Amino acid sequence: MWTWFYRLASPPHVYRVAATLIPWFLTAAAFAIGYGAIAGLVFAPPDYQQGDAFRIIYVHAPSGWISMFAYSTMAVAGAIGLIWRIKMGHAVAAAVAPIGASFTVLALVTGSLWGRPMWGTYWAWDPRLTSELILLFLFAGVMSLRPAFEDSNRGDRAAALLSIVGVVNVPIIHYSVLWWNSLHQGATVAKLGKPSMPPSMLLPLLSMMLGFMCFFGAVLCMRLRGEVLNRERQATWVREAIKS
Amino acid sequence: MNVGRPIGAETSVGARRAMMLIMHRELCLSFRRPEQLLQPLVFFLIVTTLFPLGLSVQLSLLRDMAPGVLWVAALLSSLLSLDSLFKNDADDGTLEQLALSGQSLATIVIAKTLAHWLVSGAALVLVSPVVAIGLNIPVSAFATMLLGLALGTLTLSWLGAIGAGLTVGLRRGNVLLSLIVLPLAMPLLIFGAGATDRAISGTSAAGALYFLASLCVFTSTLAPFAAAAALRIALD
Amino acid sequence: MLKGVSLEVRPRELLHVAGPNGAGKTTLLRVATGLLRPEQGGVAWLGKSIANTRPEYQWALAYASHEPALKGDLTALENLWFMVGLKRRATLAELRDCLGRTGVAGCADLPVRVLSAGQRRRVVMARVLAARAVVWLLDEPFTNLDAAGSALMSALLEDHVNGGGLALVVAHHDLKLNATQRRLELQG
Repeated sequence: MWTWFYRLASPPHVYRVAATLIPWFLTAAAFAIGYGAIAGLVFAPPDYQQGDAFRIIYVHAPSGWISMFAYSTMAVAGAIGLIWRIKMGHAVAAAVAPIGASFTVLALVTGSLWGRPMWGTYWAWDPRLTSELILLFLFAGVMSLRPAFEDSNRGDRAAALLSIVGVVNVPIIHYSVLWWNSLHQGATVAKLGKPSMPPSMLLPLLSMMLGFMCFFGAVLCMRLRGEVLNRERQATWVREAIKS
Repeated sequence: MNVGRPIGAETSVGARRAMMLIMHRELCLSFRRPEQLLQPLVFFLIVTTLFPLGLSVQLSLLRDMAPGVLWVAALLSSLLSLDSLFKNDADDGTLEQLALSGQSLATIVIAKTLAHWLVSGAALVLVSPVVAIGLNIPVSAFATMLLGLALGTLTLSWLGAIGAGLTVGLRRGNVLLSLIVLPLAMPLLIFGAGATDRAISGTSAAGALYFLASLCVFTSTLAPFAAAAALRIALD
Repeated sequence: MLKGVSLEVRPRELLHVAGPNGAGKTTLLRVATGLLRPEQGGVAWLGKSIANTRPEYQWALAYASHEPALKGDLTALENLWFMVGLKRRATLAELRDCLGRTGVAGCADLPVRVLSAGQRRRVVMARVLAARAVVWLLDEPFTNLDAAGSALMSALLEDHVNGGGLALVVAHHDLKLNATQRRLELQG
């Protein structure tokens, strides 16, 4: 059974599977985001409290969720590489990191834009945004650690260990920021959380979530293929693959 | 001759005795270079002076800023000395010898980190009342401040051990160490400064202190293994 | 990159690892200590893979790397005390005796940073002696030693091997020893 697993994780196999998955992910993403964007941005009724400004949630909430998901994926992939010594685990972790960081930045930017109509300022140390910011720092740490080693093998393993340590800390950080915020800001600051929503608002949001996930999957597969080619550049199958 | 045991077999050394020995070694080494002990403390004093100079010297404002300033300064000064936790031993080859002593790397990490905390974190805690007076923190808040700093610096030493283990082989590992450790230390800062803040304003700081204590226990149990794993990667 | 190396050492035997610079002699030695994990293959001690018995194996060996792993701020005696003390309970008298056997008894209470390279090498040998290990893994142990030091080193190796121990020695020159010796030549 383990041999099957190891064969599944062999570089040429991963390369082929990723290639086949990309068009599926992209199509699904196009449909889900298409529906979600139109239904959410155009057809959903304006929020009674925030007016049309709330619509940014259709980009903000999915990107926030994906950023957390990406970090977890990076940690799990790194753990697989570290514990079972499966090289593709490190490849996935290396591929995910910049994607996750980008979604984190997107969440921060959209959150900041949302904050302008709500608080009158671009940044007000909202708990969710502050947690996202710290998550960005965690990404920065892992992404800086990996290339700092001359031996890329060692760099992969150190980065994997750091992302595991980070993933353990994420709930702690989130809770701490929430506590800090309740202490200092009080309950009058409008939360960027999801308000209780009627279906006309909720369905587009879920669709956007799904669409973003598929898009994330597509981009991950694309980057993963590049990572695999780079890491395995000495292997013969790579030379064949590039020729074709 | 029985190949499995050395000639004149004695029982091997237990973990507790090994820890005592390593801590003794670390303390000997630290006290033979006293200037290296004092530098982070002086840095601590200097940084806490920077804030009143840079902002305002109004006593009431100072009191509001004080917990944050104190804790940020403590974090930054602790980070300065953490870089050398494993680096000195890695550079002269003694880290390899420690790893080959038959003792587990986790034991070695625990001993070195505790010894390091005694000369850096604990020293910082002892100096903090001086700084607190300068920042106009009332004496009534001292107990909370001292306890919070003790727990916080210990937790930071554990987190720093992980960071130091990850960056031990790197040439400019110092900055990277801070980059790695500071985000992980943010909960510490939040609860530590929060506790001191509540103590100053008179409300109960118990909740924050309990959380700090639980963070400390959590980190103490897991960090040695993470740092040992990091060292294993570095020694490979 | 080391490839396809296989070796075996038995008690009362010394394996001399030789080869040009960059052939991987030090790497091989570090794999033998268990610090470096090979991508393929492994190290076995007393019939069992050291992956499972790493602490016991590492306790039974003494490793001397190319650099003398000594703390400059501690005295020679203190270095021995803190290092050997992790493996076995040795008394100060025993450690002084080991330093005497390697000819640096007078350096026992001097900080290592004031010692010459040759004296440091002798302190390292005293450490290896004091550890009373079965397996000696030595990387260029004759470095920095004068003629008397080299003779002493050879004598210590002979005593160890003939007394039932085994040794893996990396050296770029020939070893003239009165003990069972095999040679492994690594290609660059």
